Amino acid sequence: MSVNLSKGQAISLEKQDGGTLTAVRMGLGWQAAKRRGLFGSRTREIDLDASAVLFAEKQPVDVVFFRHLVSDDGSVRHTGDNLVGGVGQGGDDEAILVDLQRVPVHIDQIVFTVNSFTGQTFQEVQNAFCRLVDETNGQELARYTLDGGGDYTAQIMAKVHRAGSGWTMTALGSPANGRTFQDLMPTILPHL
Amino acid sequence: MTAELVRGQNHPLSQNRLVIRISAGVPVLAGATLGDENGTVHGAQWVVHPGAPALPGIEVPRQAAGEHRLAVDLGALPEAVHRVDVFLALPTGAEGPLRFGAVASPHTAVEGLDGAELACFTLTGLDSETAVFALELYRRQGAWKVRAMGQGYAAGLPALLADRGLPDAVDLAAGVHEASAHGPSRAQSTPPGPSSPHGTAARDPHDTSATVRADAPAATTRDTPPAPPYDLYVSEPQDTPASGATRQPPSYAPERSEPAPSNDARNPYDAQAPGTTAQEPAARVDYTHPRRRPHGTPPAEAPAADDRPAQPVAGDAAGWSMEERLYNQVWGMFEDLARTTAAYRSAVDFADSRLEKDLDQALSDPRGRLGTAGDAAREAARARRTQLVDQARAVLDRDLAQLTAESDVVEPALPPAYARWDNPVWHGYRVPDEPPMALRLGDLRLPESASLSIPLLVRLPLERGLWLDSGAPTADGSDSVELRHRALEAAVALAARLLAIHPAGDFALQAIDPAGAGATAFGPLVRTGVLAAPPATGAAGVTELLERLTRRVDLVQMALRAGAPESLPADVDTARQLLMVNDFPHGFDDRAVTRLRYLADEGPDVGVHLLLVADRADAAAYGPLLDPLWRSLMRLTPVPDDHFADPWVGHAWIYEPALVPAGSQILHQVLTEVARALAKHR
Repeated sequence: MSVNLSKGQAISLEKQDGGTLTAVRMGLGWQAAKRRGLFGSRTREIDLDASAVLFAEKQPVDVVFFRHLVSDDGSVRHTGDNLVGGVGQGGDDEAILVDLQRVPVHIDQIVFTVNSFTGQTFQEVQNAFCRLVDETNGQELARYTLDGGGDYTAQIMAKVHRAGSGWTMTALGSPANGRTFQDLMPTILPHL
Repeated sequence: MTAELVRGQNHPLSQNRLVIRISAGVPVLAGATLGDENGTVHGAQWVVHPGAPALPGIEVPRQAAGEHRLAVDLGALPEAVHRVDVFLALPTGAEGPLRFGAVASPHTAVEGLDGAELACFTLTGLDSETAVFALELYRRQGAWKVRAMGQGYAAGLPALLADRGLPDAVDLAAGVHEASAHGPSRAQSTPPGPSSPHGTAARDPHDTSATVRADAPAATTRDTPPAPPYDLYVSEPQDTPASGATRQPPSYAPERSEPAPSNDARNPYDAQAPGTTAQEPAARVDYTHPRRRPHGTPPAEAPAADDRPAQPVAGDAAGWSMEERLYNQVWGMFEDLARTTAAYRSAVDFADSRLEKDLDQALSDPRGRLGTAGDAAREAARARRTQLVDQARAVLDRDLAQLTAESDVVEPALPPAYARWDNPVWHGYRVPDEPPMALRLGDLRLPESASLSIPLLVRLPLERGLWLDSGAPTADGSDSVELRHRALEAAVALAARLLAIHPAGDFALQAIDPAGAGATAFGPLVRTGVLAAPPATGAAGVTELLERLTRRVDLVQMALRAGAPESLPADVDTARQLLMVNDFPHGFDDRAVTRLRYLADEGPDVGVHLLLVADRADAAAYGPLLDPLWRSLMRLTPVPDDHFADPWVGHAWIYEPALVPAGSQILHQVLTEVARALAKHR
C-alpha cells in the first residue's frame, strides 16, 4: 500500500502493526526526456543527484551526497552517484539509506533534496520520482512524483523528522535552483 | 552461558561432572581416547569405545545413534589422564553415508549437570572424512579446559587411532565397528542395569542425583572398570526424532567466550624452560588437517532475536577464507567504532554549542540580571546539555558493549598473524604453509572507549616501509635511551612476527646495527639463528649489505620487466627480505642514505621491505632532504601515541605496538620453531 503524497502532506512512519520503522530508503529515479526530430534516438545525459542533509535544531550537522557517501556516524548511506538516470526502468537510480535507529540522538530532521548537476531543468526529465521504502521488507510507503515541467533545477523533496519516539515524513516538494545541496540551503531552512 | 567455539579455541570448564551432547543427522558412534600429560595413549585399554564402553570417569554408548549423551566425571578420571579426546566415526557397512561431507555438520555441546550449556562446537567443513576428533578435554595446571578440534581422517577410525600412536589401530578399529554393530540393544533403550531405577531420570540433565553418583570412590571404580560407576549416558533412541531436530541450534543467550588473556606472563606455558616443548614433540598437537586448507569453514549461523542485537560470532563477515573473514570483521569493527564515536562526539559538540548559545541568551536578557530568573535559565540550559550528552553516551555505551562482546569472540579466534603475543594460539604455533593475508601492527583505541582496542591489521605484502620512531614524545617522560630500547624491541617483535607467519624460506631478515647498540634487543633473533647473517656493523658492513640488497632489487626488477624471473642468477635470494636498520642514520654516509632511499622507493614492489628504527632528530643534519623518506614510511611508536587517523571520519586513534609480554618466553619458542623449519628447508 503506497501513499501518493502531495506537497506539504505528512505521513507518520509508524508501522501499521504498531512497531516503528527501523530502516528506510529514499529512492530517486528519472529518465532523460527524449529529443524529438532528427537524431531523436540520442538522449542527452542528465545527472540528477540525491542528497540528504542532517539537521540538529536547524543547524546543518552532516550531509550525505555524491562526494560524501556515508554520514560520519554511519546512519545515512548513499548508494553511489548515477550520472545518466534509468534507461526506461522504473527503479531507483540513486538511493539514500537511512538507519533510523542509528541516527545520532541530536539529529532531529533529515531533509532530502534532488538537484540537476548537469544544469538541465526538470522540463527535460521524464518519470522523475522520489519514494520512501521500508528497507526491512521492501514495501513502498510513499511516492512523490516530480510532476515534470517546472523551470527549475532542484527540488526539496521531503524531510523525515522526529515526532515523539518515532519518525514522521513530510513531503515538501518545493522548487529551487542550484547545482549541489549547498546552493539549496537558503531554500531548505524555511522548511525546518 | 554458551561459548560457541571455533576450531582450536578453548574454554575453561568450571565443573567436573559434564554431559557431552552430540547430535548428528545420521547415526554415528562415539568414543574417546585418554592420554597422559604428553598426549600419549597407553594402549587399547586407554580407548573408550562401543566395544569397551566404560572406563572410570567416562562412558560412551554401545551403538551408533544420531544423538548421544556422554557423561564425564573429570574428577573420577585416573590421575595419569590429562587429555580426553572425544571422537566420532561413521559406522562402516553397506547402508549409511560414507563421509561426513554428505551429512549435516555434527554439533557438540558441553553441558553442566544442570543442563546449562558451557560450550558448543559445530564441526563444519568436513568432507571425505569418516572419523573425526570433535572435542578435547585437557588438564592444565589442575584445571580442565575444553578445546574444539574438528580434526578429521578420510581413512577413518584406523587412521584416527593410529594417529594417537596405537600399534594395533586397524584391529582395534575393526573391533569398535563390530562391537557397535552387534552391541546389545540396551544402549538404545535402557541405561545400564546397576542403576536402572535412575535410568529414566538420567535422561534429564537437570536431575543431578541420578546422572553422576559422586559417592562412588574413584579408587574402587578404577579397580573394577567393567562396572560403570554411574549412569553415564543416554543414547537418544530414534523414537524421539523431533527433540533431536529442535535441539540442533544452541540457544543464543547472552554469553561471552573466554576473555582475552591478560597481558602478563601468567600463561602456564610461559613458565616452562625454553626449549621444553621443543624436546617433546608428542605434546604439541596439530589441529590442522593434513590435506585441508584452512578456508571453507562457514561461520555458524546466529539467528538473532528481532529486538536484540545478533550474538557476535568470530568470522562473521564476507570472505573466501576464515583469515579473510576475520580480517574483514576486524575492519568492520574498526569502522563501526569510528562511526559510533563520531555520532557521540557530534552530539556532544552540538550540546556544547547549544549550551553556549543558551547561556548567552540568558545573559543578554535584562530580566535575568536581577533575581533568580537568570540562574534558573542557566540551570535549565545546563540540564539540557547534560540530558543530551547522557542520551548520546547511552547510545555509545550500547554500541561499545556490542563491539566489546564481538571483540571478546574475535580475539581468541585470530590466527597468529593477527593475534596478540599473549594469545594462546602462539603456543600451538606451527610454521605455516601459506603466506598470510595481513599482519597485526598493533592496537588502536579511542579515548572514549579505552578498554576496547581494535587490532590494526595491514595487508601484506607491505606497500610502505615501517618506521619505529625512537624519538616519539612520551607521557611518562622516559629518557631517550629507554625509548630507543623500546623502539628496537617493538621492531624485533614485529620482525619476528613477519618471519613466523611466512612459510619457511619465504621471508628473510637482514639487520643493520651500525654501532652494535641493539645487541640485547637483537638477542632473540641472533640466538635462535633466524637472521640470515649477524647484524651488520660499522660503515663497511652497512655499505656491503645495502649494496647486496640494491643488487637484488635491481636484478629482480630487470628479470620481471623482461618477463623472465626464472633467469635470475642462482645466488639471488628470491625470498622476501626485511631490512631492519637500527639507529638510522648512524653509520650511514651520503651514498648509503641514497641507497636506502632507493630501497624504500623501489623495494616493496620486488619484495624488499624496510623497518627503520630512528629518531628523526638524529637526521636533522640532512635538513629537509630526508622529509620524503619519512613521509613514505608508516610511522609506528614504541609507546601509545595518537597519530593514526581512520579512513572514514579521521579520528586521531591511539596506537599501541604489539609487544611480547614482559618475561614471556613465547618469542624464543616461536623463533626456535622457525629456525628448525628453516634448517629443514635448507
